[in-house]
Amino acid sequence: MTDRLAGTTGGASLAEICIVACAEAWRGDGAILASAIGLVPSLAARLAQLTFAPDLLVTDGEAGLVVPAAAGLAGDGGLAGDGGTVQEGWLPYRAVLSPQVASGRRHVMMGAAQIDRFGNQNISCIGDWARPKAQLLGVRGAPGNTVNHPVSYWVPKHSRRVFVDEVDMVSGIGYDRAAKLGSPGFHELRRVVTNLAVLDFGGPDHSMRLASVHPGVSVSDVAEATGFLLAAPYEVPVTRLPTSDELALIREGLDPGRRRDLEFA
Amino acid sequence: MTDSVASTSSVITAAEVVSQLRSGMTIGIGGWGSRRKPMALVRAICRSTLTGLTIVTYGGPDVGLLIAAGKVRRVVCGFVSLDSIALEPHFRQARQRGEIELTELDEGMFYFGLLAAAHRLPFMPTRAGLGSGVLRVNPELRTVRSPYADGEELVAVPALVLDAALIHMNRADARGNGQYLGPDPYFDDLFCLAAKRAYMSCERVVPTAELLDAGPQQSLLINRSMRCAVIETPHGAHFTSCVPDYGRDEEFQARYAAAAAGGPEKWQEFAARFLVGTEAEYQAAVAAVMA
Repeated sequence: MTDRLAGTTGGASLAEICIVACAEAWRGDGAILASAIGLVPSLAARLAQLTFAPDLLVTDGEAGLVVPAAAGLAGDGGLAGDGGTVQEGWLPYRAVLSPQVASGRRHVMMGAAQIDRFGNQNISCIGDWARPKAQLLGVRGAPGNTVNHPVSYWVPKHSRRVFVDEVDMVSGIGYDRAAKLGSPGFHELRRVVTNLAVLDFGGPDHSMRLASVHPGVSVSDVAEATGFLLAAPYEVPVTRLPTSDELALIREGLDPGRRRDLEFA
Repeated sequence: MTDSVASTSSVITAAEVVSQLRSGMTIGIGGWGSRRKPMALVRAICRSTLTGLTIVTYGGPDVGLLIAAGKVRRVVCGFVSLDSIALEPHFRQARQRGEIELTELDEGMFYFGLLAAAHRLPFMPTRAGLGSGVLRVNPELRTVRSPYADGEELVAVPALVLDAALIHMNRADARGNGQYLGPDPYFDDLFCLAAKRAYMSCERVVPTAELLDAGPQQSLLINRSMRCAVIETPHGAHFTSCVPDYGRDEEFQARYAAAAAGGPEKWQEFAARFLVGTEAEYQAAVAAVMA
């Protein structure tokens, strides 16, 4: 894959393409909390805040809300990403769970051990819940997140083990289940970013749809790695490449130690 | 001298905490994941003869250690994680062998369960859990319908009433006021309010007049009406984080996780080295290997 990518990406690595694709999930969200689980989504949230979504609220991984220390963004000749951050607010866990989540002022990007066609997600356990084959994290906040505010997912290894017909323990709920609730319409799954593609829920009945393939990836590559039928437009676009400003921010500001490559090893 | 209240001390030892607990109790444990856990009290329970406990927690290594010591019948949680190491090996193994029971809740449901108990309410309504597997695997959970015009159906999270709560603070005074100095109070005050009895370990017991030397008044999370017994356990949250006194001991946590995941022999070796003795012996053994 890396070989196929060479020459088509303007020098951007797969990790960098994925970070930008994840950052795009928060475009247009305004002043809401961008929560990110895992390194790639965390870098993506910071990148979005530094560039096209400056109003986003981003945490330091604990209870601090942080903004770029330097006012100048890329383009002003300055790199805010290397200036560190200053704390602008305080959001301990209890304030995240209630009311930040329940008020809808949040968009989280979580992982998914399994996800189905309608976006039902599982991070709890694999196999029979009563005695699982593999105990994972537990449902965490996924049930509450998905009935309250936008949710996106990051899947570093797109495969039929993850993209399944039916998940073993519904943690975050999908469009089919949300439609049956009769609750206010706070359920929204924005996008799923993987190492192969970007997916959204623009298919029939809000089923998963191929939104774009990363450079060097074919539509059939994605279809083969997906355990259900994916909707797709006639022409599938290629995921946009990072701009030179974005690359500079990632490389020199947000992740000079190249921790981002570890997820793609 | 004339302050008679000041002479009332709530300070006890970890051994006295254990002597006040009973097998089969429902015990809430404060902190979050691998952060500011009352680990010295957890270790004291591990050394005790208590069994059959229901552990209510935003779970971390507290769950793993208690499971490994054979103390746990049921875990009530939204997750069990070591934070920097995503999965807790003892919890995983116990679940995969069917050795423990689990009440799996959404994190927000868990919060509302504590709130309900603290408010002496039977339940709190929330949308969290609707449509998810949480309602499938907890068939005892009920929904309620809003009595107002909206008529919305909501999950009724039952009160998480605790027999006892264990929390760890940075500072406390001898009378049962407690102070956190790190970034997050977690839910420690609610654990105390949800419990019939509460036990607060701390890094250091200081005179009341010195509490505000360390942090602002908002850091005084625990007040005397929460009726916490106080236990001075320096480094008592180790190996979880207790900033600013100390961060998570990542190296030791990695050692713990490797031993826990490494099979019975590796675990026995770890337990013999660190867990069979007193808390002072634990701290000395940690200092020796980490030196």
